[in-house]
Amino acid sequence: MSKNRGTKPKPVLMQGNAAVAFGALDAGMRFFGGYPITPSTEIAEILSAELPKYGGKFIQMEDELASMACILGASIAGMKSMTATSGPGFSLMQENLGYGMIAEIPCVVVNVQRGGPSTGLPTSPSQGDIMQARWGTHGDHPVIALYPDSVLECYELTIRAFNLAEKYRTPVILLMDEVLAHMRESVILPPKEKLKILNRIKPNVPPEWYKHYKNEPKYISPLASFGEGYRFHITGLAHDENGFPTQVPQEVEAMMDRLLKKITDNLDDIIQIEAFEMDDAEIAIFAAGVVARSAKEAIIKAREKGIKVGLIRPLTIWPFPDLDVEMMLENTKAVIVAEMNQGQLINEIKRVTKYGHHSKFIKLQKYSGLIITPDEILNKIAEVK
Amino acid sequence: MKNIPQKVIHQYLRHRKKFPHVWCPGCGNGIILGDLLRAIYNLGIEKDSIAMVSGIGCSSRMPVYVDFNTLHTTHGRAIAFATGIKLSKPEMNVIVITGDGDAAAIGGNHLIHAARRNIDLTIIIINNNIYGMTGGQCSPTTPLGRYASTAPYGSLEPNFDLCELARSAGASFVARTTAYHTTEAREIFEKAILKKGCSIVDVISQCPISYGKLNNFGSAVEMLKWQRDNTIPVEAASKLPPEKIKGKIIRGIIYDTDKPEFTEEYDKLITHLTGELSISKNKSVNKKVTGKAN
Repeated sequence: MSKNRGTKPKPVLMQGNAAVAFGALDAGMRFFGGYPITPSTEIAEILSAELPKYGGKFIQMEDELASMACILGASIAGMKSMTATSGPGFSLMQENLGYGMIAEIPCVVVNVQRGGPSTGLPTSPSQGDIMQARWGTHGDHPVIALYPDSVLECYELTIRAFNLAEKYRTPVILLMDEVLAHMRESVILPPKEKLKILNRIKPNVPPEWYKHYKNEPKYISPLASFGEGYRFHITGLAHDENGFPTQVPQEVEAMMDRLLKKITDNLDDIIQIEAFEMDDAEIAIFAAGVVARSAKEAIIKAREKGIKVGLIRPLTIWPFPDLDVEMMLENTKAVIVAEMNQGQLINEIKRVTKYGHHSKFIKLQKYSGLIITPDEILNKIAEVK
Repeated sequence: MKNIPQKVIHQYLRHRKKFPHVWCPGCGNGIILGDLLRAIYNLGIEKDSIAMVSGIGCSSRMPVYVDFNTLHTTHGRAIAFATGIKLSKPEMNVIVITGDGDAAAIGGNHLIHAARRNIDLTIIIINNNIYGMTGGQCSPTTPLGRYASTAPYGSLEPNFDLCELARSAGASFVARTTAYHTTEAREIFEKAILKKGCSIVDVISQCPISYGKLNNFGSAVEMLKWQRDNTIPVEAASKLPPEKIKGKIIRGIIYDTDKPEFTEEYDKLITHLTGELSISKNKSVNKKVTGKAN
């Protein structure tokens, strides 16, 4: 499919899951390890057919613990790698996801969310894993998670997820809605030569000088691959800058600070947020993924009636866009937080506006397996008026 | 001549790593590491081409001390990480160091699936019949009736025979040795590394601190003597009537066959689809270096 994309981009009808698969291939991903799970399975199916054509490797592992583990192994051996799953599988990946974070191994984990907890609603949309993406693995850790709202954005944010993973040496999560994964849209993919693809920085020092967990430059050390002459150690234990286990308080603290600061010092680069009709908005809607699509439709209708309402949509959901949201909400009198769960984003909104003048938080929560419709959002807008 | 083995090991240790190691006095891990390093030396394999991957447990602390590409992963998942490395860089020699709890309990699923795929990994299970690092809990290889801190009345569960498990799951090379039989262990490790396919070696080791103490085995030396007296080479066992080998543990190369190896098969698929070779296939064994260790 993506191979017959000529210099003149033509529209193609594509599913969200397919856009993720082809975005990953265009980002240079050459290793996929996964386990079948609805509603993400198409990503694995497409890549099982495509990857060997690109000289890449696909493997269906015995479970999601192994899937997460093998993509980390492949990445440390030099291949850009990814897995795709849904809620139950995402739960099983959490321990090794944390390993990827402490060991600072780039990779991408796609979670096409479905209703939970447990087996829940395998074929229905939900945004119930927003907090799991943030805090699913144990211990303190920063997280980068992206959230697309269209098929084209599935493609774009998959590439961005790989770029951020490579740049910041960390696993990056792509959160998707089931509706988006299975929805087909006409998209025009950008020409390949216009894509911005980042690759991890490799060391340029002799092996004996190489420290793969050094604070420089900017908290991110260059990363050699196994087999390149830099014989180094990687562990999930707290480690010093040589990667050797340590319990020295100063060294542990330095490691933890580095893991945090490499993300928090680069928020401007990592965070993407969309403001739609927010310039004069008195009412703001905060929504991610497909809920934002319903919100846009509702906003257009409300604006026809003269209601000044706008949308704040995070493309980067973690780290949470604290400052942007706070600034955008400054001149609004109410914020409607629309989400397909029992209230995960609303607490973030309350947190970031805690010291502001804001008083009116309106929740619109749906966790029945159905998406939030434009009409439901319009009704909430009417409540504010 | 008598100093050669020591020097051999020394050249593979990490000098930036602060010693001493974490292992208790009398532990078999150091002996087995020595056997493995002599095997690597004898094969003349370059350090850069070796990835040593481990899980969690006493034996899984091994990679940090040696000068290879080393990955100390999560509990039970070493084989899954190693699968990613091997598929990504088939030219590397990927050696998994794991314990009985790591490989057969929490990581049992990965063990049997690596064997089924027949992926070219050398999986060395250091089997001390107990969870040493957490203080002596029973493992899937704790024999029926033996004591552990979580089996204070004796284990009610039969144990795995790891070689039978590995063979029936599809591994192409299956062997058992002990910490006592160092020369045999080295030779088996050499064959396991050279084998194109999934090699699984069950190495019986001693944990005098936990397993030995709880089961009145005596000192580490007594436990090593137990390994000598209670095991029988597979060749000798095949000539004896069943009643003569009852209660004995069979050691040596239990199973050795040739069958399609996963990464090679995958590379054939790539060649078929693209008409070109992806990455070089051959294990980088430098035949020029052929020093004998002992």
